[in-house]
Amino acid sequence: MRFLPLTDADRESMRRCLGIKDTADLFADIPERFRFPTLSEIPEALGENRLLERFRELAASNRHDEYLPFLGAGAYRHFIPEVVAHLSAKGEFLTPYTPYQPEVSQGSLQAIFEYQTMITQLTGMDISNASLYDGGTAAAEALLLMQRKSRRPRILVAESLHPEYREIIQSYIQNLDIQVETVSMDPSTGRVDLEKLKATLNSETGGFIFQSPNFFGVIEESSAIAKLTHSVDAYSAQIVAEAMSLAFLKPPGEHGVDLVAGEAQSFGLPLGFGGPYLGFMATKAEFLRQLPGRIVGETVDVENRRGYVLTLSTREQHIKRERATSNICTNQAWCAVRSAMYMATMGHDGLISIARANHTNTAYFADRVRTLPNIELAFPRNFFNEVVVRVKNRQVDDLLSHLESHRILGGIPLHWFYPEFADCLLINITEMHRKSEIDRLINAMGGML
Amino acid sequence: MNAAALKFTKDHEWVRLEGDVAVMGISEHAQHELGDVVYVELPTVGDSISRGDALANVESVKAVSDVYAPVSGEIVAVNQELEDHPEQINKDAEGNGWIAKIKISDPAELDELMSVEEYRKMIS
Amino acid sequence: MNALPELLFDKSRPGKTGYSFESDPIPETEQYVDPELQRAGIADFPSLSEVEIVRHYTNLSHLNHSVDSGFYPLGSCTMKYNPKVNETIAAMPSFTNAHPYTPHHLVQGNIGIMRDLEARLCAITGMKAFSLSPAAGAHGELTGMMLIRNCLSHRGNPRRIVLVPDSAHGTNPASAHFAGYNVKEIPSGPDGVLEPHTLREHLDKDVAALMLTNPNTLGIFERHICELATALHENGSMLYMDGANMNALMGIARPGDLGVDVLHLNLHKTFATPHGGGGPGSGPVGVADHLAPFLPPPVIPKQDGSGPRYHIPDTIGRIKNFYGNFLVMVRALAYLMSLGRSGLRNVAEDAVLNANYIRCRLSELLDLPYQSRTLHEVVFSDKGLPVSTLDIAKRLLDYGIHPFTIYFPLIVHGAMMIEPTETESLETLDLFVTAMKEILTEAESDADMVRNAPYNTPLRRLDEVQAARHPVLRWQPREQE
Repeated sequence: MRFLPLTDADRESMRRCLGIKDTADLFADIPERFRFPTLSEIPEALGENRLLERFRELAASNRHDEYLPFLGAGAYRHFIPEVVAHLSAKGEFLTPYTPYQPEVSQGSLQAIFEYQTMITQLTGMDISNASLYDGGTAAAEALLLMQRKSRRPRILVAESLHPEYREIIQSYIQNLDIQVETVSMDPSTGRVDLEKLKATLNSETGGFIFQSPNFFGVIEESSAIAKLTHSVDAYSAQIVAEAMSLAFLKPPGEHGVDLVAGEAQSFGLPLGFGGPYLGFMATKAEFLRQLPGRIVGETVDVENRRGYVLTLSTREQHIKRERATSNICTNQAWCAVRSAMYMATMGHDGLISIARANHTNTAYFADRVRTLPNIELAFPRNFFNEVVVRVKNRQVDDLLSHLESHRILGGIPLHWFYPEFADCLLINITEMHRKSEIDRLINAMGGML
Repeated sequence: MNAAALKFTKDHEWVRLEGDVAVMGISEHAQHELGDVVYVELPTVGDSISRGDALANVESVKAVSDVYAPVSGEIVAVNQELEDHPEQINKDAEGNGWIAKIKISDPAELDELMSVEEYRKMIS
Repeated sequence: MNALPELLFDKSRPGKTGYSFESDPIPETEQYVDPELQRAGIADFPSLSEVEIVRHYTNLSHLNHSVDSGFYPLGSCTMKYNPKVNETIAAMPSFTNAHPYTPHHLVQGNIGIMRDLEARLCAITGMKAFSLSPAAGAHGELTGMMLIRNCLSHRGNPRRIVLVPDSAHGTNPASAHFAGYNVKEIPSGPDGVLEPHTLREHLDKDVAALMLTNPNTLGIFERHICELATALHENGSMLYMDGANMNALMGIARPGDLGVDVLHLNLHKTFATPHGGGGPGSGPVGVADHLAPFLPPPVIPKQDGSGPRYHIPDTIGRIKNFYGNFLVMVRALAYLMSLGRSGLRNVAEDAVLNANYIRCRLSELLDLPYQSRTLHEVVFSDKGLPVSTLDIAKRLLDYGIHPFTIYFPLIVHGAMMIEPTETESLETLDLFVTAMKEILTEAESDADMVRNAPYNTPLRRLDEVQAARHPVLRWQPREQE
């Protein structure tokens, strides 16, 4: 067995040292009738060549790569420069534990410090943590954070927040003393209904969580939302499920929101069938002591040289135990380092231009789809790289099957999550789409409508 | 600072009387046990507290300790200085490292505190 | 003189570029976004060339200790070798390019991977069903405690209390709290295991569950586990097993056979997926039959060819986006396929043999507070030493060895918790023992030298007090400092 360096002779000499005849003797505390199960249902080992063959077969039984995809909704297909794959695959980044010994972990620690800095630059916030699991759990942590900080029992959530994120929030709070209420959207703009928000906010409200661009791809009025929440001394948290939008839109901090959290998969992580991704959280400085998860800080060593450590760890589970800000321990550190590599490689100009290409391609699709009969943009303005189309003369599922027969994955039917939008389809276009591919989608749609 | 004027709790808080107001903090012994204090979470002026309530939090790098109200009453002042200079607690726990001032609601509670001799005996 | 590379932001010069991407020309379109919603630039965001990026991260990588570079006996973290072939497999485009909302008939390979992994985890643990959603161990704990709470609520009363032994991981109390429980700590007995009579003293109708790490954080198998399970079940309570230390039991014993109702595993420990410097992990949760109806969506049905189930009437609800950390699952399955049936037991046996060899060799030098038989790890105390546990840990860095876990579990004074794992050679174990002997000799002759270690690392001891008192959590442009 190539992962086991001990030889039989080694094992024998070690047993002699221990004064035992059989290694099995070390397991004598385990009730005998349950010791050494046969495990007959598990197949025997595969050699490395057979293992690769087996996984190539499994890979080949996926058929998605024969299709032109327009799927988004919280997971986005973006270009990843090859240097990112090479650098992040280094064993020195991939195989350490959490950096508990800073003297031999400065590589990961400085990389995360740089990650925290870039996240604050993109969001316009003061501080960032070192990562959370994903966008959905980051939204749940944001909710818990606002509740802790405000000491108010009631948190509002926008209907246009990603439905999976809302499900996760519901799971997280089901056993805690927190009330969550949904604020509905304006069906004509796809944005939060500000009148309804105003009417729902009160002195018991600790905060409001909304997503922008929201689940329907629409950019929310963050400034107006922040003002409304502040008028009752509540906080506002902007969730960003498509981090690429941060390089196109005015940073949430400039709108006055208190907290930004979400999903940064778009920064250098592959789609990967949904994970591992990268939850992020950035806030105003006043939340520092309430922030969940690890944080890296700058300091000096005994020779006064710049260095980095995990800091403010008293917030965390291993010290505060049941009074910790979160139970999170292992997070997504490698994903954060990889996303830092991506952001650094793209650099200022790259990130801005890729973000613009996302929007330009989507705007081109919008221009073209409006020329087709029996289909319209459900929310005609203020989108980034995702739009909702309403189909008037066909069932959405029929249109999707038709597109699939043209080797196109045409989007996500909204009836999965919103029965009232049964005639709608969510379509994502990124920098990866060629003009000809957008034309192909338009032509295939036009062929049926 | 005349240490003889201080009274102590078994949870290592001290109290000094200024009229009907109790100035309080953590003992020299407690700061020594805790090590370098890096952060103090102060109570809010105006809050009412009961004896034994956790009213503040003192953090070192690797530990966090609750500070309990030695007497019941209303918080009338907190030591803002500690927000930027938590090390005051290490330098002068029983003087400039005070944490809060409490307007006493039940003076009888003072009788249950320890004298400095009793406290020294407890920690020895 | 800087020991570390300059920060990206200090190296950055406008006009440099590290990327190259061609977009198709697009005809002028309508303006769809209000100009005041758009940003012009990102202040101080770095600009570097590709070669500078490569050198920056290559130089940073040299400052890290990792499993790939040396011995890493961090107790309870199972820092075993992460096979390279698993990285190749997890990077196959068919896996990395799959969108989680792809129609199921086009991703049967991926669904098959999750199904096979679940089946193998069921076989190894004796549990009846698994959820692969949790992203890490603590996330699995939270999920598991929510499952218990929902099941008990279904039976009429969720109860209030969760019992946790004094040797538990810090995440246990935090997870129980976020599932809505009050935590009550109970003492382990003189030989380091939880005694049934101690449990019974604390058992009443308020107790929802016991969270038990097995083998526990002393490396000792909780040998009364069957009796504990029976006592809990008779009281209508459940047994949660923290399976962080499953490396000792894989192929040796199945928690499901021992009466465990729910457990979590750490794919990034036992199942050889890389820790990534603190994640991504994966913390699958396995359950007995009575908890299966409450699992979070999506649930992968056992039949070939079927899609995941999203509508589960009694579910605790979704706890993670999409399917969980899929590419971590791919690596774990590849590992299990490489081991096969008999490899499981070989792994556990060598892990336990290695740990016991270290115990045997170091017992002459260090105080062993619990004499009980230990499995995959061993915990020594600092009793009688001229320097602290921290000092020894820091001095080990000078020998090129990552220290063991220190000051945990809390029930051992100055704990040194050593877990070598099965992927270390006898030569490495002997080098470690020799290093420990030399350090203890140094400590006798020149304690101050040891107290000031390390000397040979990229940086020496860091000022954690300053970091916490005056937090600097991001780079700032110089003129604003």
